[in-house]
Amino acid sequence: MTDATAGLHVNSISCTRGYRDLFSGLDFTLSAGQVLRVEGKNGSGKTSLLRIISGLAQPLEGDVLWNGQKIHHAESDYFQQLLFIGHRAGIKFELSPIENLLMAKALNGARSESSIEEALYQVGLYGFEDIPCARLSAGQKRRVALARLFLTESTIWILDEPYTSLDVAAVSVLEQRFNQHTADGGMLLITSHQPVSLRAEQQFRLQLPHTRLEAI
Amino acid sequence: MIPSTSAAFIALIKRDLMLSYRHRNELLNPLLFFVIVVTLFPLGTSPEKELLQTMAPGVIWVAALLAAMLSLDSLFKADYEDGTLEQLMLSHHSNAILVLAKIISHWLVTGVPVIMLAPLLGLFMFMPTEGIKTLMLTLLIGTPILSLIGAIGMGLTLGLNRGGMLLSLLVLPLYIPVLIFSASAVDASLAGLDIKGQLYFLGALLVLSITLAPIATATALKISIE
Repeated sequence: MTDATAGLHVNSISCTRGYRDLFSGLDFTLSAGQVLRVEGKNGSGKTSLLRIISGLAQPLEGDVLWNGQKIHHAESDYFQQLLFIGHRAGIKFELSPIENLLMAKALNGARSESSIEEALYQVGLYGFEDIPCARLSAGQKRRVALARLFLTESTIWILDEPYTSLDVAAVSVLEQRFNQHTADGGMLLITSHQPVSLRAEQQFRLQLPHTRLEAI
Repeated sequence: MIPSTSAAFIALIKRDLMLSYRHRNELLNPLLFFVIVVTLFPLGTSPEKELLQTMAPGVIWVAALLAAMLSLDSLFKADYEDGTLEQLMLSHHSNAILVLAKIISHWLVTGVPVIMLAPLLGLFMFMPTEGIKTLMLTLLIGTPILSLIGAIGMGLTLGLNRGGMLLSLLVLPLYIPVLIFSASAVDASLAGLDIKGQLYFLGALLVLSITLAPIATATALKISIE
């Protein structure tokens, strides 16, 4: 693997919805320790872009490459390295936070030193671990989904509006975790309508529908 | 530490069984439907022993088939709506294997109860023991096929608002071979004939659907969640 191909490379992708072009010719590379904030108005294609990069949707044109290989290529380890949390939290309301995280662990693995209880403690759900998620508040449900960030050893995090319905304390806990992640060489792609203040040295902003990355 | 696919497979079956247990009322619906349809037949036609005996294999199998179709809705819908299906599709494990795990746990909670209830309904319809044995055998081979084929249809219609009608149109024609061979096997055993031929056909259909249906379903799901 050479340095030229390492990391996540988005190769002139286009996306349309209906007959409307959301963006076209979008081209960028993200390497270890970098943060990309995707901004734009409602309906400007932020979620579509993140779903394309995560491999859930196909771009109209172009490719997403990971370490020089298409992400859907059989030999790519992209999906081992990916953690995606979208609008839909991906948790089961009938299951308790512990049961939800056990499933996430069985699917995606976990850092050996981190335990599920520890992750729940970090997001402030200590004492709620055995209650079905249906009985938790909206913010607490969101925290269950985000507890995966404290469990995972993935390097690419794609988070769509992670701060939705979180309180100030939870936001600052998350930002600390983001800082730790980028300091460890992880990558972060994030959309948010709230101000994000991260410490990573290399941060970029993509203001859709413009396709040029600006350093922050 | 990256978990193995077999560990994920077992965890997913366990999770789905636990979810079904917490929703056990919903599981009862297709089962009640199965029982009610069969018990209504003697009331609607006539309670004569000979007539019921001739109708029994067909009636029980048609009811089982429709009950299987009714239960398909619970296969992927909830996972699609809460986003857990996205997470399954994004994991690095083979999507077809994970889909197979979901189908197996779905069959365990919808197909197996139908097999268990069949002897009782067979008695309602004056079926002799030999016929009931064959009925259970054909259900044992046939209901997994129904779940597997239904999963493909469900995967294709998942993103649609009113996919129910389309689902029946897609899936019912594919169910018909199972119905024909199963009902004819039970008929043959009632007449004291050999049923090997029908069972071989059912077995072949089962092998074919176990190997191909998960792959087709995984592909259909990918298109549906896009």
